[in-house]
This record gives sequence, structure tokens and C-alpha cells, in this order.
Amino acid sequence: MKWLLVAFWSVVILSVALLIAAYMIWWERKFAGRMQRRIGPYWVGYPHGWLQSIADAIKILRKEDIIPKNADKWVYNIAPFLFMVPPMFLFAVFPFSKTWVVADLNVGLLYVLAVSSLGVFGVMMAGWGSHNKYALLSAMRYVSQMISYEVPLVLSALVPVVLTGSMNLGAITNAQKGLWFALWPVVGWVAFVVFLLATLAEGNRAPFDIPEAESELIGGFAVEYSGWKFAMFYVGEYVHLLAVSILASVLFLGGWRGPLLPPLLWLFIKTVFMYSVLLWIRWSFVRLRVDQLMVFNWKVLVPVSVVNLLLAALWVVLR
Amino acid sequence: MATRTLEFTFDEMRVNMGPQHPSTHGVFRGVLVLEGEEIKDLIPHIGYLHRGVEKLAEHLSYVQDVPIMARNDYLGPVHNELVMAHAVEKLANIQVPERAQYLRVMASELHRIASHLVWTGTFLLDMGGALGGGSTMFLYLFQARESIMDLYEEWTGARFHPNLVQIGGVRFDLPAGFDRKVKEALQTVRNTVNEVREMVEGNPVFEQRTRGVGVLSPELAQSIGCSGPVLRASGVAYDVRKAFPYDAYDKMDFEIVTATAGDVRARYEVRINEIFQAAHIVEQALEGLPEGPIGAKPPVKAPVAVKAPKGEVYFRVESARGELGAYLVSDGSHKPYRLKLRSPSFSNLQAIQHLVRGHKVADVVVILGSLDPVFGDVDR
Amino acid sequence: MSLPQDLIQAFGVEVNDQGIPYVPKDRLPDLARALKEKGFRFFVFVTAVDYREYLELVYLIRNLDTLEEAFFKVKIQDGETVPTLSTLYEGANWHEREVYDLFGVTFEGHPDLRRILLPEDWEGHPLRKDYPMDTPHPPYR
Repeated sequence: MKWLLVAFWSVVILSVALLIAAYMIWWERKFAGRMQRRIGPYWVGYPHGWLQSIADAIKILRKEDIIPKNADKWVYNIAPFLFMVPPMFLFAVFPFSKTWVVADLNVGLLYVLAVSSLGVFGVMMAGWGSHNKYALLSAMRYVSQMISYEVPLVLSALVPVVLTGSMNLGAITNAQKGLWFALWPVVGWVAFVVFLLATLAEGNRAPFDIPEAESELIGGFAVEYSGWKFAMFYVGEYVHLLAVSILASVLFLGGWRGPLLPPLLWLFIKTVFMYSVLLWIRWSFVRLRVDQLMVFNWKVLVPVSVVNLLLAALWVVLR
Repeated sequence: MATRTLEFTFDEMRVNMGPQHPSTHGVFRGVLVLEGEEIKDLIPHIGYLHRGVEKLAEHLSYVQDVPIMARNDYLGPVHNELVMAHAVEKLANIQVPERAQYLRVMASELHRIASHLVWTGTFLLDMGGALGGGSTMFLYLFQARESIMDLYEEWTGARFHPNLVQIGGVRFDLPAGFDRKVKEALQTVRNTVNEVREMVEGNPVFEQRTRGVGVLSPELAQSIGCSGPVLRASGVAYDVRKAFPYDAYDKMDFEIVTATAGDVRARYEVRINEIFQAAHIVEQALEGLPEGPIGAKPPVKAPVAVKAPKGEVYFRVESARGELGAYLVSDGSHKPYRLKLRSPSFSNLQAIQHLVRGHKVADVVVILGSLDPVFGDVDR
Repeated sequence: MSLPQDLIQAFGVEVNDQGIPYVPKDRLPDLARALKEKGFRFFVFVTAVDYREYLELVYLIRNLDTLEEAFFKVKIQDGETVPTLSTLYEGANWHEREVYDLFGVTFEGHPDLRRILLPEDWEGHPLRKDYPMDTPHPPYR
């Protein structure tokens, strides 16, 4: 019977996650609009465009599904699924409150990091199956970027693990009773900043959004997709962002911990805060070039995060 | 399941940056010959916006030609009108009254500011993407440019192609209360440009994208015939307004803005500084504006009214992109026998082949943007 | 707007009564080389004017240090070829291509003489005086 309950809660959480992803798009457009001295969506679902996301979803699902003549059919068609589905698996291990988590894995963080990198396959397949040089260039850049930025992501995510002694996300949240990991002197600050940057790169957001660099390679790896398949890429990106925002809140900002308000609300507030920081960076910076991106990763982020991890480990040993 | 063999070598790949592209500043087709991410060559194809303006000019009278010329360099229309009108005035020996000269200077500089605002906005847009930091700065700069468009709307009735210059003077006089509005608009422009500079200069991402990229040596620039900010950023202090002054420029106090590095960053700095210089010139023109007529004759209504004697002349002005020249051959009638437009973008764009070799794909867009081609000007 | 005096003597240039120098076309590359050595390094333009019985090529090169201008013409008949200046001045490359495109003048020694402003398969040279304004040219018109 337990599996029935798990199945039910999974469906609920996934539906809520997709709905939130749709509204994250709305939040981004409002936030970006205000940064650019304009309003953003306003009329659809007056006031403030509450229904804009729904309208866009309906529109994009009704578009014609155009498949290029020379596209590799199987590869081309499966790619969007492979991109959108892995981030959804991540919601299984997030603790929404002290007792509420779908799958309380002891290796929760390992599971998260492993599954989130499956999206790369979707992009590679999209780039190859599209039979388009631009898509291929973009997919190659994406793959190199993803693989490279996994390293500082993992190294900085390991700092909370080292400080807690467990990979269980619930345990990591509990260990932040006194002080959030993001606020731990030096070790926490550095880890948080490195994690933030690596998340930006993994999530394909500016200034690291080379794969979908619109002004150079037009649509990037998704250039030959239209209609609902493109929607899957788009929604997949936002589900991934939602998942990593929650992850950052859990790992560094104390998850559901907080006085007075219910734990779910705290998690929601922290996630929105993290997401807004990512948006803020995206809409202010110009883009890095691919080789500069790699240089930044290997010559700056990786050494910093290695040293940081060693310091954290040293602290734990000496305690 | 059908399989296909992998026939992909990394030796040479030809990618077409087609005429429809968000970042080629118009209709430009470049065939990039790539080796991985590095560019071995760029083969430019232009002519997508060729409208045969020079042939058309031979069939229209001088009076009709002046507003047609405004559509060439559509980001700085006054400069084109000005060069045509000046060429005819020089041939036909028509004196332009002083008030009209000051008004022409003011209009030129306002359009130079507007053009540079567009350039900065689209330059940052190319680097940052339509969804991302570039578009934020792009929107701020365009909002500042709106204040200049409002000025023009009040002055001439048209936001953009003002049809302001006529042979012998200027067509519209300033409305009442205009100098206050001009000062406000200039202040808005200055504030916005300074705000954008704070956001962008010193930003390490911007530094990395623009320093040392697309370096143009002064010898190559002169040999190609690059002029304007492209030439001045390589260290050559040549400005038509100082070298061959026209209208009231000899009475204006301004500096020639140069830089020495010759890279994209240098061109950016030159254009930003030119905005401030141009604003200064507008203020001087406003202060020193004399009273008097604005056109040498009453407004010209009949298209055949202006005749130029037989002869030829070459007149040059400094447009936002460089030296814009008109070589006019007249046979004594009211139509030109031959009009050749020496467009700055045509010469500047030639440099692209030399500048992009050895750079990465992402740099093509940045370098092409820094040359500031306007394809109406390139193709005429 | 003319040529420096010593070059006029050296290269057999005839100056007509309006003061415009006409250079014989075979002396053109040598004249250009001499100009470049003298400091005339800024290439402004080269174009052509169709006078029905003959064509005139018009050149303008400038010296940015002294702001002097070298303005000269080459008179040719229909069908004659002219030596190219693109080996000396890079800017001449595209300008000569434009003259070829719109007037049909061939430049010997040009590295890549093909149409630049008009499509590759256009027939005719529009800026000539015998090319009427509304010539239909499918599929463009």
C-alpha cells in the first residue's frame, strides 16, 4: 500500500512543481520588466497578468509540430523528454518540513547531483538530431559547460555534507539549527557563492548562457523545435531552476527552518529569494565567451572550491 | 531504426550567418569558415539592401533628392540630407544664412547622439542576448533616445526622418520654448549614459569580451579607408568637422575624441565620449543661435526650382559612422548627372574580414557591432 | 583638389582647363605607389562616370597628416580594362568591385572581381546611361 501513497504524493508534487515552474516564468517576466523600467505582463488576467503563463502554455501547445526533413527521428523526438524529466526526479528527496519528504534517502545529495546531470543527454540528442550546424555548435558548448561546472558544483555542495556528516538532505536541514550554512564564516560564504555561480552555469543562465546565446546561435540547441517539444525544453529549464533553487535553500539557507511561519512557507520564501537572485544576475550581465567561461571555471572556481572544502574538512577534524 | 554514419571532421566547417540574424545589424550575410570555434576566414556578402539610390538620384531633381538621401543611413538621416544639400550649394554657389547653419549643426549633433545611443544599445544587446543583461541596457538607452525623438517631433513633425534640410537652408524653425526642452533632453541622455557606463565599465565580463578583441592597426585602417570612430579609436585624429569645417563648426569648441588601443573597447569609449561632446556642441549652438532667415530663398515648392551650373564637386560631412561624402557631377540642369555617395559604412565594413581572423565565433558579433555598419548606408 | 606638382610632371599627367588631372591608365599603379610613399595613405573612393562616348574613373586619395587630397581621373573607352589598386590600398577592393558591378569596368589583377551590390546572376550594369530605369529582370522584378 505504501507505494500507492508514494505514487499519489509524487503526482501531487510534480503537478505543483510544474505549476510553480509556469509561474516562475511569470515572476521572471515581472521582475525583469521592473528592472527595465517597464511593467511586464499586465493585461492577460488583469491586473498584473496572472493568467499570462496559462495563456502562453495554451498557445505553445497548440502550435504546429514541425520536424526537419533530415532530422534523425528517434533521437530528435526523445530529446525533449530526456531534458525535461530528470529535474522532476529531484523533488523526491527535498524535505518540505521535518516529517514531510517523499523519499528520505541516506544519499540524498548524491542522488540529486547524479540525476540532475542526466539532462545533458537530452541536449546532445537535440543538437545531433536536429541536423543543424547551429544546434550542433550549441550542444557541443552546452556539454562542455555542463561537464566543467559539475566540478565546482559538487565540491561546494560537499561543504554542507562535510559540516553535517551526512548526505541526507533532512539531516543537513536539521544541522542548520543554529546558523545557516551560507552564513558560516569564510567556509560557508565561499561555498555559497561558488554554488551560486555553478548553479547559474548548470542552469544555463546568463552570464553563462552560451548554449542558447540568442544573438549568436539564435535558439541554441532547441532551434529546430517548435510547439510542445519546445515547451518541454523551456519548462524543463524552469523546473531545473526551481529544483536547484530549492536545493540551494536546503543546503545553505536552512530549508524549512524558521520561526513562526509554517515550514513550507519558509521554504517557499527562501526558494523565491534564491530564484530572484539568479534572475537579478541574469538581467544585469552581458555574456561570457566560451573560452572565458572555461578559464573561469578551471582557473578560478575549481581551485577555490577545493581549498574551501579542505578548510571545511580541517575545521570538522579539529572540532 | 535507421542509423547514419558519423561523417564529421573538425577540420573546417562553413556556417552561414545569414541575412536574417538577430545580431548582424541589418542584412548582412557572412560565411564563416570555422575550425572548431576559431574563425579561419569570413566571406562577406552584402547588397541585400541595395535600392539603386544613385541611379534614382539621376532621375529626380536636386530638391527631390535631398529627402531621398535621408533614407540611406537611416540612423542619422540629417547627415545624408546635409551632404547632398551642401554639394548642390557648393556647385550653385548658394549661401546659407547663419541661423540655418547653426540649426544644421544642432540637428547633426542631435542625430549623432541618437545614432550612438542606438549603437550602444544594440552593441550591449548583442553581447548580452535579447533575454539577459544586454536588453536591460538596450531599453534604458532607447528610452533616453525617445527624448530626442520627442524633440524632433516637436521641431519638424517627424520623429525620425525629419526632412529638415533643404537646399539653401533649413525648412523648419525652432518652436517657442525649445531650448529648455533641449536642455532637459540632453540631461536625460547624459544621466542615462552615465548610468549605463557604471553598469558596464569595470564589469569583468564586459572587459573580457571587449579588450584586445578586433584590434585594427592605424595603417590598415587608413588603407581601407575607415573613418569616424573606427579610425579615431586606432589613434588617428581625423575628424571632418575639424579638418574641413562646414556650417558653423568652425565656431564651435569641441575636441576630437581618440583612443589608442584600436580594439572594440576603444571604439566603445570613443563613441561614448562623442555623445558627451555632441551634447556640448548642441548647447553651444543653442546659446550662439543668431536671428535671421532660415533659408536662402522662400521654401522651394516646385521640384525644378534649383539648377546647378556645369561642374563637379566633392563634399564631405562627418556622419555618426565616419566620412560621408557626395561626389556630384552636374550638366547644368535641375537633375544631377551623376551622384556618388561615399558611404562610411561601406569602407568600414571592409575591415571585418581582416579583424575576425583568429577570433572565436562569439567575437564576430562583437566586432561587427563595433564597426557600426548601417546597411542602408553600405548598400545604398 | 588635384595632384602634387612633381607627380604631374613625372607621370605624364594632363591637366585640363578646369584643373582636373587625367592620368594615362598604364601609369596608374606607379602613380599610386608614388602617392603612397608621399604619405597619401587614406583611400577615400574610386568611382566611375558614364559620359556616353567614354567612361571616366574618378579617384580620391587623401594625406591625413597634411590634409592634402589627390584627385585624379582616368579616361577609358567602353570595354577597356584598368589596372587595379587593391594591392596597394585595401579599400580599393570593394570600391572596384562596385564599379565593376554597376558599370562593367574590369580591373586587371583584382583578386576577387565579382558583383558586390547586385545579385550574382544579374545581367547588365545599371549605372550606365543606356540602362533604362525600369528594366525588368526576373525574378527580382
